[in-house]
Amino acid sequence: MNEADIRGILHEELNNIAPEADLAALDATADLREALDIDSMDFLNFVIAVNRRLGVDIPEVDYPKLLTLQKAIAYLQNKLAK
Amino acid sequence: MVDFRMPSLGADMEAGTLVEWLVKPGDQVKRGDVIAVVETQKGAIEIEIFENGEIEQILVDVNTKVPVGTPIARIRTVTETAAAAPTPQPAAGSEAPPAPAAQPSTARAPPSVAPMPAAGRERASPAARRFAKDHDIDLAGIAGSGPNGEIVLADVERSLSRPAPTKKKRAIGLDLDAMRVAIAAAMARSKREIPHYYLEHKVDLTAAEQWLAERNATLPPDARLLMSALTIKAVALAARRFPIFNGFYQDARLQPAAAVHVGIAIAIRGGGLAAPALHDADQLPLDQLMTRLRDLVQRTRAGRIRSSELSDATITISSLGDRGVDVLYGIIYPPQVAIVGFGKAVLRPWVIDGAIGPRSIITVTLSADHRVSDGHAGALFLAEIGKLLQEPGKL
Repeated sequence: MNEADIRGILHEELNNIAPEADLAALDATADLREALDIDSMDFLNFVIAVNRRLGVDIPEVDYPKLLTLQKAIAYLQNKLAK
Repeated sequence: MVDFRMPSLGADMEAGTLVEWLVKPGDQVKRGDVIAVVETQKGAIEIEIFENGEIEQILVDVNTKVPVGTPIARIRTVTETAAAAPTPQPAAGSEAPPAPAAQPSTARAPPSVAPMPAAGRERASPAARRFAKDHDIDLAGIAGSGPNGEIVLADVERSLSRPAPTKKKRAIGLDLDAMRVAIAAAMARSKREIPHYYLEHKVDLTAAEQWLAERNATLPPDARLLMSALTIKAVALAARRFPIFNGFYQDARLQPAAAVHVGIAIAIRGGGLAAPALHDADQLPLDQLMTRLRDLVQRTRAGRIRSSELSDATITISSLGDRGVDVLYGIIYPPQVAIVGFGKAVLRPWVIDGAIGPRSIITVTLSADHRVSDGHAGALFLAEIGKLLQEPGKL
């Protein structure tokens, strides 16, 4: 799975949570919680969805590594490569 | 001759718009007949009558909005022996608090409303229909076992053993404008009628955070708990121990609730707010409570709240910690008598056993109805919440 595939999946799942957001215009280095007005429940649902779709284990201590789109893609790529 | 009044269909309903009359003067009506359709913030609702008789006069024109309790029709009753039929709740005025759905068994039958049929009437045998009408059963809630799913007498009889829904509404959908109107009505009424007092209490969440991190570390994401599950459970247990904060203010006094249904204030994307009830929160193990909370938040944000969840919360919790707010003072949702607020847990220098150390501190607030309770009880209630959060394993 390449970077574009992961980005596509993340966009889809973020779109489920924040349907009104313009993800194409989202700054990849912005904190998702602020940029998309995501609360802890939304973020948990995001992690659950990404875990299901990619089969990647995402421990709670790693949540900070998912807080921007850029970081999340790097983190998941790294996990998938293992 | 009796007046038929605009019924109250929820705590936040102050008025309803008459959108359709299904009867005209001279029509014979009997108890249970749908005589009008009223549009409320929760959708169109069919209004049933409680008397047998004849429509004498229509008092309110179509497309007119009138306060709850306003006479909308005059009925000439045929039988004075209709004692068995409960009279419609005679609201004193638009301000009268409606009977919450939480206590339907003890109260007189509340104004009965049926949902708008989605596509024609339910298929039911005449015997089933008669029996349902005699026993005030809504056929919409019954699964049919007859040919082609037709509802037969046995199905209706069986449903008697279950508590019959006396009140049903359409899903509210996500009409943010209507929601704003509902919030305005409920909050204005609260500030007008309820003498709030406010207390705040700082609680050390360090132990709870550690317990949560250890527990979640071994679990897949969908089994993990959020801190909200712990705070909701702690409030629910404290509410059970201090019933003076759990119930409804009605008839100039507190009507304590038997169950603890915690209203969860949920922000809706785009600017709405709803506080549906998490039923029996004091009884649920944490993992179940978390599952129900996730379901409730998702359904609420999708506009699929169930009618019971909308009307029967006995106390409310509002949390704004995720948005970085330190302290939040809630406004009580009438006719409830208390709301608990949680801010953001922040790492602070804290003195423990004479030494300063970093601890995760959250500010918990209570807004309570001073007609019902005093600050002293409120302080004990908040302290109990704080104490319960020190032993998360026991929640």
